[in-house]
Amino acid sequence: MPFSIPKEEYMMSGHTACAGCGATLAMRYVMKAMGEKTVVTVPASCWAVIPGNYPNTALKVPFIYTPFASTGATISGIREALNEEGKEDYNVVGFAGDGGTADIGLQALSAAMERGHNVFYIMYDNEAYMNTGIQRSSSTPYGAWTTTTPVGKDRVYKKENKKVVADMMMAQKVPYVATASIAFPEDLIKKIQNAKKVKGPKFIQILSPCPPGWYFNSENTVKIARLAVETRIFPLYEYIEGKFTLYKNPNPLPVEKYLEIQGRFGHLSTEEIQKIQENVNKRWEELLDREKGKVIT
Amino acid sequence: MRNMNKNWNIMTGNEAVALATKLAGVRFVSAYPITPQTAIVEKIAEMVANEKMDAKFIEVESEHSAMASVMGSELAGVRSFTASSSHGILYMHEMLNWVAGMRLPILMAVVNRSIGPPWNIWADHSDTMIQRDTGWMQLYGESNQEAMDTIILGYKLAEHKDILLPIMVMQDAFTLSHTSEPVEIRDEMVVREFLGDLNLPFKIDTNRPMGYGSLMPPDGPFMELKMDMKKSMYSAVDRFVEITKEFNDLFDANFPGPVEGFMMEDADYALITLGSISSTAKYVVRNLRNQGKKVGLLRILLYRPFPKDLVISYLRGLKGFGVVDRSSTYGPYGSLYMDVISSIYGKLEIPAANFVAGLGGRDVRVKDFEEMFTKIMEGEEGEIWINVGVK
Repeated sequence: MPFSIPKEEYMMSGHTACAGCGATLAMRYVMKAMGEKTVVTVPASCWAVIPGNYPNTALKVPFIYTPFASTGATISGIREALNEEGKEDYNVVGFAGDGGTADIGLQALSAAMERGHNVFYIMYDNEAYMNTGIQRSSSTPYGAWTTTTPVGKDRVYKKENKKVVADMMMAQKVPYVATASIAFPEDLIKKIQNAKKVKGPKFIQILSPCPPGWYFNSENTVKIARLAVETRIFPLYEYIEGKFTLYKNPNPLPVEKYLEIQGRFGHLSTEEIQKIQENVNKRWEELLDREKGKVIT
Repeated sequence: MRNMNKNWNIMTGNEAVALATKLAGVRFVSAYPITPQTAIVEKIAEMVANEKMDAKFIEVESEHSAMASVMGSELAGVRSFTASSSHGILYMHEMLNWVAGMRLPILMAVVNRSIGPPWNIWADHSDTMIQRDTGWMQLYGESNQEAMDTIILGYKLAEHKDILLPIMVMQDAFTLSHTSEPVEIRDEMVVREFLGDLNLPFKIDTNRPMGYGSLMPPDGPFMELKMDMKKSMYSAVDRFVEITKEFNDLFDANFPGPVEGFMMEDADYALITLGSISSTAKYVVRNLRNQGKKVGLLRILLYRPFPKDLVISYLRGLKGFGVVDRSSTYGPYGSLYMDVISSIYGKLEIPAANFVAGLGGRDVRVKDFEEMFTKIMEGEEGEIWINVGVK
C-alpha cells in the first residue's frame, strides 16, 4: 500500500500534552486530512490546554475555545455564517473529548447533527475526564478504575457499559458516522476524506489512549490503540448514508491482551475479564448483523 | 434630517423588534422558543421564509445553544441576533459571560419575564438583573417605538470599535411585547447607512489563524483584559450620548439617550424607574405637578454601563428620591437602588427609599406611584414593598 498520509503539518511541536498522548496524534492526523481551510472548535477538555498558553498556539488554523456543553452549537453558528459569507469551502470542525461529547455536550451534538449543518464533529475518546484528573464519563468502559470509580474495598470500579456515541449517531441516521483509531492513521485519514464527500453532518469517534489515565507507559500508546481494534474492544466501522461497513480482522486477540497492559484494569478477576470478552463477542455479532442489513434492536 | 420614507404602523413590541432586526441587516438568527419572546423569532422566521429578510434562521435545541451558535456566527463576521426571556436567559448564563469575554457585539432582545417558581410568565426584571454582571450592556425600553429603536442603537453601540461588547435590549412582557402601539418604522436604507457593515477586526480567517480564548495563567494578561472590558463598557455612556444625537438628527426622532429626565428641572422629589411602568409614573408626575407638587421622574434606559455621572447630575438638589426595583434580588437592597446609592456616595446626601414593585407582572397602578411619592415626600427611607399582601 502506498504511503497515504499527507506530509503537511497543521499541528506544530511545542504543545503541552503529556508524553504519549493519544489525543495529540488524533488532532495531528485529523488536521492532515482536513487541510489549511479549517476552523477548529474545542470545548473544555485536554485540548483546551494542549495548544499552550496565550499568545502561543500549536495549531496553524483558527482555533475557537468554547464552554463545555456548546461544541455542537458553536460549530453550527460558524458553519452557517461562513456560508453566508460565501466561505462554503471552509471545513468547520468540532473537536471534543468524551465528556464533552457523551455527557455534557450530547444535547448540542445531537441537535447539530439533526439540523444537518455541513460540519465535522470529531470525538477524541480517552474514556474519562482526563483534563480534570481521570473521572468517569459515560464513555468509560466496564471494568475501568477512575478516581470516581475507585476499586476500594467494595470494588466500585465502573460497572456500567460504555455508551458508544457513534452508535447513537447511527441510530439518529447522521449521514456520515465512523470510528477510527490513532493506530490506523491511513484508515483515519481515508475516513475523513470520505466524510468530506458527504454534504451534511459528519461524526467520527477516535479512540485516543491516555497514558496517565489508563496507567500505561507512554511508549505503548499506539500499541494499545492497535490492541483495542485487534481484540475487537473498539471495532472500526464506517457508515455512509445508511451503508454500514465493519473492518474485520481475521484473527482477533483475546481481550486480556488489551486489558493486561493497562493499570486501570489491573484489579479485574478472571471472571470479570470473561464477562468483558462475552460482551465484546456479543457486540461483534450485532455489528455483523448490522452489516448484513439485519435490524438492530 | 434628510428625505426618507416616514412610515407608521400599529404593531406589538415583539413585531417592532423583529422588524428592527431586518432593518438593521441582521444576517444570522438563532433562538429557542419561550413565552413571551417567541413571537419575535416566529416573525423573523416568516420574513426569512418569504424572502423579506436576507438572513439565515435556525431554531436550536436550547438557549445555551442559541447563545453558543450566535457566538460562532458573530466570530465568522456576520451580524447576529437572538432573543429570549426569563429561564431562557438563566439557561444561557455561561454563554453570556463567554460571549462578552470574546468581545463579540451580539445583540439579544429580551422580553423581561419573572423567574419561577412558582411559574409566572408576566413582567419583571429579575431575569436580566441577574445578568447585570456578565459583561453585557443593558438597555431598558418603555414603548414599542423604543423596542425598535434600541435594536438599531444597540448594534451601533455594541459594534463601536472602542467598545465591542454584547448588548441586551429589554421590553416588558405583554405590556409591550403583546400590546399594539403606533410605531414609526425607521427607513431601512438609512438604518443600513447608520450602522454600516459589521467589521469585526478579529473575525475567523484561515489566512490569519489565531486562538480565540486561549489559556491564560495568572501572569498572562488575564486581568488586563478584564480591566479593558470594564473601561470599554464605561466609555459606552458617552458614546451612547453621541450615537443618540446622530440617530435623532438622522431620523428626526427623540430617543432620550442613557437616561430620561421627566419634569426634573426644578423637582424637589423624584422617582427612578426602568421600563414600561415609567409611563404610569409620568402620568402621576403630571397630576402631582398640577397639584403644585414639585416632583419628577428619572428613567434609566442604559443600565449597564450604569450612567452614574448623569444620574448624579439629575439628583443634585433633590430633597428626597425613591428608586423602584422591579426584580427580586438578594442584596441588602434592590439592584437599581444599590447602583444609584453607590454612584452618589460621598457626593450627594439625600434621603432615599427603595421601592419593590410589580413583581411577576403585578400591576403598578397610579395609586401605587402616588403612595411612593407620598412616602418620599414624608422622608421615608429603606426598602418598602408596594402593593403586597394577598387580598
